[in-house]
Amino acid sequence: MAIQSPSLEISTGSVKATPASASRGYWQQVRRRLARDPITLICAAVLILIIASSIAAPLLGLADPYKTSMLRRLQPVFSPHYLLGTDELGRDMLSRLIYAGRLSLFMGVTPVVCALLIGGLLGITAGFVGGRTNMLIMRIMDVFYAFPSVLLAISLSGAMGAGASNTLLALTLVFIPPICRVSESVTTQVRGFDFVDAARASGAATLTIVRVHVLGNVLGPILVYATSLISVAIILAAGLSFLGLGVKPPEPEWGLMLNTLRQAIYVNPLLAALPGVMIFITSICFNLMSDGLRAAMDVKG
Amino acid sequence: MDTLLPVHDRGGPAQPLLLASGLRKHFPVPGGLLGRSGKVVRAVDDLSLSIAKGETLGVVGESGCGKSTVARLLVRLIRPDRGTVVLDGDPVDEPHGITVNELRRQVQMVFQDSFASLNPRLTIIETLAFAPKAHGVSTAEARQRSRDLLAKVGLEPGTFADRYPHELSGGQRQRVNIARALALQPRLVILDEAVSALDKSVEAQVLNMLVDLKTELGLTYLFISHDLNVVQYLSDRVLVMYLGKIVEIGAVDAIYGNPRHPYTRALLSALPSMDPRKRTKEAPIQGDPPNPIDPPSGCRFRTRCPFAEDVCARAEPALTDTGAQAVACHMSVPGSGHSKAA
Amino acid sequence: MSELLQVRDLNVTFVTPDRTVHAVNGVSFDVRRGETLGILGESGSGKSVTLRSILKLHPEHRTRWSGSIKLEGDEILTMKGGELADLRGNRVAMIFQEPATAFDPVFTIGQQIVETIRRHTGKSEADAQKRAKELLELVRIPSPAQRLKAYPHEMSGGMRQRAMIALALSCNPSLLLADEPTTALDATVQIQVLLLIRELQRELDLGVIFVTHDIGVAVEVSDRIGVMYAGKLVELASVEQMVDAPRHPYSRGLLASTVHGGMRGQRLEAIPGAPPDLSEAPSACSFAARCRFAESKCLAAPPPLMSMGEGHLVRCVGTVP
Repeated sequence: MAIQSPSLEISTGSVKATPASASRGYWQQVRRRLARDPITLICAAVLILIIASSIAAPLLGLADPYKTSMLRRLQPVFSPHYLLGTDELGRDMLSRLIYAGRLSLFMGVTPVVCALLIGGLLGITAGFVGGRTNMLIMRIMDVFYAFPSVLLAISLSGAMGAGASNTLLALTLVFIPPICRVSESVTTQVRGFDFVDAARASGAATLTIVRVHVLGNVLGPILVYATSLISVAIILAAGLSFLGLGVKPPEPEWGLMLNTLRQAIYVNPLLAALPGVMIFITSICFNLMSDGLRAAMDVKG
Repeated sequence: MDTLLPVHDRGGPAQPLLLASGLRKHFPVPGGLLGRSGKVVRAVDDLSLSIAKGETLGVVGESGCGKSTVARLLVRLIRPDRGTVVLDGDPVDEPHGITVNELRRQVQMVFQDSFASLNPRLTIIETLAFAPKAHGVSTAEARQRSRDLLAKVGLEPGTFADRYPHELSGGQRQRVNIARALALQPRLVILDEAVSALDKSVEAQVLNMLVDLKTELGLTYLFISHDLNVVQYLSDRVLVMYLGKIVEIGAVDAIYGNPRHPYTRALLSALPSMDPRKRTKEAPIQGDPPNPIDPPSGCRFRTRCPFAEDVCARAEPALTDTGAQAVACHMSVPGSGHSKAA
Repeated sequence: MSELLQVRDLNVTFVTPDRTVHAVNGVSFDVRRGETLGILGESGSGKSVTLRSILKLHPEHRTRWSGSIKLEGDEILTMKGGELADLRGNRVAMIFQEPATAFDPVFTIGQQIVETIRRHTGKSEADAQKRAKELLELVRIPSPAQRLKAYPHEMSGGMRQRAMIALALSCNPSLLLADEPTTALDATVQIQVLLLIRELQRELDLGVIFVTHDIGVAVEVSDRIGVMYAGKLVELASVEQMVDAPRHPYSRGLLASTVHGGMRGQRLEAIPGAPPDLSEAPSACSFAARCRFAESKCLAAPPPLMSMGEGHLVRCVGTVP
């Protein structure tokens, strides 16, 4: 007795799907992979700790970060009352380090976010429109790209004067060209795919095509690149403050603290290194998280 | 507007559905100063063709012949440098004719299945609903239509609507590609290597489906492929391209049974033999298909043609009617100066 | 030993955290010198995996092999490091589908052929250059001396494929593995390369395994044809037997659904359904779900390979010798 072929309608030619688990969208798959990556989770935990403590600083019962004490200058780490010692003006290091997190992180993340918005918009436009618009935008970017980022940041800051807001502006300008370049490159690649041509062939408006088909495929790689810039931004901001071009004293900021603690290297090197340690930890965590994001997004299919 | 208004036949059966005249497209070759090197890829040169209502016109040719460029020119994904396209009597993209958008409602394209033929971030139903929504159809109606389309191409809507392209097999993705092309209820469907990337058994399923859809929906097909067997199976008329030009065009039986152009003959004899006792002894022509950047003067095929003579280098042969088919070869034109001409 | 290559009960499984794929499930065949075995199958049949296993090309950490592959008596599956390097390119060579990616774009063809020759045979630079030129002549590349100095991107597709064949033959292998080498080529170029491979096989008395999904190509080049489905060989026969009288329902379905012009106007006989998921080793006939002739005994156990006489083997309990 012949068995009827199961689950098939030969006459109408209809087919069944491959027996797969529940349908998973791309971002869901990315989230799952991130959740399984131990390094990303550890870095995320560390960063959350640092960010949360700097935001909640006033609530933590810390000493006043601005209160100086000439008698208690450069107390070493683990002194009574001062867990991480005091700086060159007698201020509590632990308190200053945590409060400094606010400014340092702000100076690192804000320029990247602004550059992402501006550079991303320019790059996606250049990539999608192509032709002369592309040439115009990209050649302008090339001019800025010709300067090494540190040099550009220093010159801009020097020209505009010191201060937090000028630093933010300078850093934003420094990051716009690389983000624009990456956006343009990814958008050009996606633009060449058949499904974009199919969308054009269906008579849809250009903005609709960009919104529905291009953005979803392009934002991922751009975001990964932008997050990798955060660590650079933190270091650059700290560097500018170290050179006296960024934040002005007595504001606590890690880079500035590295500058003012320079003399302490001969007296108490551990103390002088502490702000550097904070910069290092934060920057590396952002970096590793960005790597983890990139690996998670490299989903096949 | 909630629903797509159907487009009516305007000229009757005698008027060609699509008439292309003198199409030309050259692409600049990048490189050199300011991105220009002065060289051009002459992808399509002075090409004219007509597609009758309800027929399947097959287009064959090897790489560099320009068949994909022709497809994109007809859907206006690329603008021609020169030439006109007339759809059922209405010129396209001209003051008294129809707009490109209106053309796109009536002429749609099915792409080859590649990993990039469907947007990986959208579900199948979102991909299918995109075109109708772009033309003003409401979301609910567009989604319902999409489900109907899925059923029509043999994919069970309940299972497939919310899946992502990577969860489908090649054959299933191609069915979605076809459904997408049908979403706007077009009259002409251009199939650009639509079955080339599929396994043979899946190809047979999809071909059967294409034949059924054509009858059911009253479609006209332009079927582009490098696979001569499939073209012979599916087409009513066949057109052979070489380096941007048509070298032979005619009814399918005439082309396959009595090919007149040396290139057509070479293509047909290059097909692998299905009889192990009668294997191919010699390759019909040597060398590779040449580069369309600097095509030979006169007849473009002369560098690989066993019958080439002086006249072939001097003058380009025009497409001449010889009864059952039209051929662009000096040998078929009486008085052309070729020793083999009648 | 008259058998050049002996494959017995080869099983290849890929294991990753996401899933397991039983790509090859018990494949056995022999290849002699001077003979071409064509392996015919669709995507997912395991034909490329079988071929690549002969050179152990899959990454060790996620591939599990079992069974035996013997080249002139030497067991390949237990080879490692130095032995494997001596095998690859030297005793067994492979040509691939995409000649563009088989060559390194920053070196000339000549440099790459010479490097391979010197690494395996230790010849001097001058001798190796001479041999490289001879090889390009062997594969009928015009102006071989000039072509040695050409970069891969400067050559056409057909020329690159010939150059890849030259590279493969540079160290006089006894076995040539071809993984769909003509699939990406135009029709007029494909037939040239197929004829070239046939001639070279005769001249050099090579054993050739030619993997393809195109029946016409398989018939053109092969002496024997093996049809693979879901990781198993379902039929093995001489090319005449396979074309005149295929016995396995899948082979028959494949031949019947291959389009040729004579079918114009008729409905194509498509094999319904799709190949099975290979996440588990098969416990019954893998083709039963799509087979017109399926019976209850087909679902009971995996069918054995049975002989139909004269070297014709079929894996189907429904066929009678």
